[in-house]
Amino acid sequence: MAKNFSIKHQPGFTAVAATCFVVLYLPIIVLVLYAFNAANSTSEWGGLSLKWFRSAWQNTEVIDATLRSFQIGAIAAILASIFATMAALATTRTAPYRGLTFQYAAINQPLMVPEIVTGVALLIFFSRIKIFTGYSGLGYLIAAHTAFCIPFAYLPIRARLENMDLTLERAAADLYATPWKTFRRITLPLLWPGILAGLMLAFVISLDDVVITEFVKSGGQDTLPTYMLGQIRRGITPEINAISTAFLLLSVAIVTLFFFISRKRD
Amino acid sequence: MATAEEVAKAAERRDIRGRWLLSAPALLVILLAATGPLLIVLVYSFLTPGPYGDVKWQFSLDAWTSVFLERDIFDDTLSIAAAHVTIFWRSIKLAIITTIATLALGFPTAYFMATRSEKTRDLWLFLITIPFWTNLLIRTFAVLQIIRNEGIINTILLKLGLITAPIQILYTDTAILLGMAYVYLPLMVLPIYASMEKLDFRLVEAGYDLYATRFQVLRRIIFPLVRPGVIAGSILVFIPALGAYVTPIVLGGGKNLMLSNLIELQFGQGRNWPLGSALSISVMIIVMVALLAYVRNAGSSGVRHG
Amino acid sequence: MNWKTMATAMGLALLASTSLARADGALNIYNWGNYTSPDVIKKFEAKYNVKVTITDYDSNDTALAKVRQGGTGFDIAVPSQTFVPIWIKEGLVLETDPGKMENFKNVAPEWANPDFDPGRKYSVPWAWGTVGIVVNTDVYKGPANTWGIIFNTPDELKGKVNVVPEMNDVMFAATKYVGAQQCASDKETLKKVRDLLVAAKPNWIAMEYNTIEKMGAGDFKATSDWNGSALRQRLANPAIHYNYPKEGFGLWSDNVMVLKEAKNVENAKLFQNFIMDPENAAGLSAFHRYANGIAGSDKYMPADMKDAPEVIIPADVKEHGELQKLCSPEVQEIYTKIWTELQK
Repeated sequence: MAKNFSIKHQPGFTAVAATCFVVLYLPIIVLVLYAFNAANSTSEWGGLSLKWFRSAWQNTEVIDATLRSFQIGAIAAILASIFATMAALATTRTAPYRGLTFQYAAINQPLMVPEIVTGVALLIFFSRIKIFTGYSGLGYLIAAHTAFCIPFAYLPIRARLENMDLTLERAAADLYATPWKTFRRITLPLLWPGILAGLMLAFVISLDDVVITEFVKSGGQDTLPTYMLGQIRRGITPEINAISTAFLLLSVAIVTLFFFISRKRD
Repeated sequence: MATAEEVAKAAERRDIRGRWLLSAPALLVILLAATGPLLIVLVYSFLTPGPYGDVKWQFSLDAWTSVFLERDIFDDTLSIAAAHVTIFWRSIKLAIITTIATLALGFPTAYFMATRSEKTRDLWLFLITIPFWTNLLIRTFAVLQIIRNEGIINTILLKLGLITAPIQILYTDTAILLGMAYVYLPLMVLPIYASMEKLDFRLVEAGYDLYATRFQVLRRIIFPLVRPGVIAGSILVFIPALGAYVTPIVLGGGKNLMLSNLIELQFGQGRNWPLGSALSISVMIIVMVALLAYVRNAGSSGVRHG
Repeated sequence: MNWKTMATAMGLALLASTSLARADGALNIYNWGNYTSPDVIKKFEAKYNVKVTITDYDSNDTALAKVRQGGTGFDIAVPSQTFVPIWIKEGLVLETDPGKMENFKNVAPEWANPDFDPGRKYSVPWAWGTVGIVVNTDVYKGPANTWGIIFNTPDELKGKVNVVPEMNDVMFAATKYVGAQQCASDKETLKKVRDLLVAAKPNWIAMEYNTIEKMGAGDFKATSDWNGSALRQRLANPAIHYNYPKEGFGLWSDNVMVLKEAKNVENAKLFQNFIMDPENAAGLSAFHRYANGIAGSDKYMPADMKDAPEVIIPADVKEHGELQKLCSPEVQEIYTKIWTELQK
């Protein structure tokens, strides 16, 4: 330690982080392995096989549900992080003003209710609208997902904003940059890691949702989680492992692509 | 002519109006698709249960009394609703332990990520989220594969001869805890990382120059600086953990209810929507009080900027 | 391309993809998950040139709640016999009069005029089955034709028994075990039921639905279960046996009904008639693994179901079977209280 003193070092932290990553990936590795399992059950090992990928591929119901999950998650996460960024800018770095606490509480409200409650409330409320307007598309699910994703996106963005250095923004303003320009050129880049974290969280949270979706969905709007929920009673097939693995690989591919594109730009 | 004070006031008003406009979209979506409909739940908590679910439009306080008190089914005596208290307490206890566990694991991990070179940080961020691109149910089932009696842990321990019979982890509170900690870990790591990522290490250096130990630097300099992230992370883990629905069913074997399961029971097989509504509002109140106390406490001693 | 432009483009594409056009000839089925044979659906689609969409539910209560609120866009739902009268009473379903449909002649006599839908004015049989006890005979060799396996668990099975958490099924079993009639409302019986359950629970390892996999892997050595599930378990492991409790076991049946708010009523009626065809009914059974209530479907049934003791109730135990009813709201309320106390 003495010969190579790093101010960033904290004893044991790297070990904990390493454990953390191993623990995070262990179940995922198991999942991927079982996707290639030849046995009919999810609990025994019957050698390598692609049969679950084949059978998942032919199961249009599960493919549709997966794509729908991804679609709702992506739209809701993007909307939620845009709205959350705006809200975070509005509620931080200011002297307390009337309504600030209200805004803070309102934005975090979706967090405080068990899913089932929001689910039932939305069922009653949206049904009226569905009957009244005759529209029963994906809009309801997207609205519901956006709403409960906002606090998840908001908190990391706000945390980031809260202890962001104001000097640069002031300097820009002193140099007669318009507020928009200051935001684009200074605030946004500084805020970016927070937004990215918020976006990721929102997407993950949307993918996870079962109960609210179950109550809000209309005909032909099963997502992967509600599809699985329906299967629990009758036994879940390893098809699900295959579908998740494919989904995972696809996501990793997209993320990697984005990662390299954004790297090139810098 | 406007005095300087009036000008300043007008500017402040303009600023506040701008701020309201900025948060308007978020508030609107939440009002329409989350908070607003909850008023229905509030109203329902004061109605009479319909015979087959839903409600009858007849005012009643029964739901609220039965949140706290129960009339014995057989001898008609009133007593504290012991079953509800037990379930509330179990949920709160498990949620607190989960929060502490994820903090203990997540803080060093976020620190590790934030101290990587700037170029690779985004990569680490992606690495930590990738396991979570599979949905909660699937992840929970993956955890099940690992801790069950025929799972990896038991198989390895058996092969090594450390145990002679598999340890029953599945269907215990430990299983629920493991599952929740696993599932909610990124909700802790990401906010801490977000506020740690731009940590000014010159402050840390100054600390060492003043002969602070590593632990002192961590406690007195780093921790206060990333407090907002820790607060955000704790909230994001505690509340969903309190409302966990899937984990107790899949890993806990559904033998012991948690809050969400209890509420779900009332809206489902129990067909007592008013009681379900009253229980939900009670949960909301508990969470709100806890949240306010926590934010106030943690916030007041934190370092504020701007 | 700038990656932000790319992100915007992707976002727009995603938004655009939400407004998919619906085919003209359509049928929207709302059914239990993993319950609808894709092959039979394909056949129906080809025969009538109709695009079928299937959406899943996981409990009678969820399905009822959603359909009651309305606006869901479903044409058909498949509630269980206990719920059929509620759907009818609440005016949620259309009187399609399946009793007069062409294929109705195929319906087995015992399902042609059930109590829950006298004269079959609304519903068509989809599947029926029983609730009983599944035991792994490698572990327990004693007599298992009793609810005592879960309520008075033998030593070999202690800590290895699962109970499927279907409240009404468990209450039915417990009521029968204490020697009362189903839905008995007298306090004495209910108290016995509660005491029985509370005393029995420490011997249970879990209360969950996922029995096929857990019995297969050996996490459970016995469980209460539905017969079709038991059949699949035996086919995976011949040591697993299904037993009909002598104290009395429940019969259930799921039924296809057309919703009042259906937009594709004609297609829905065609579907009701279609599944009463023996060959199609057998196709459904081959997938969901339960009997279907259509006479003459036997000859199209898969070989492993034709004389499966899980599907065909043996003559000597038939008398113990009884169609499960929905209990009164008062009894239901006490059941919920007992259930909460049991799971606290």
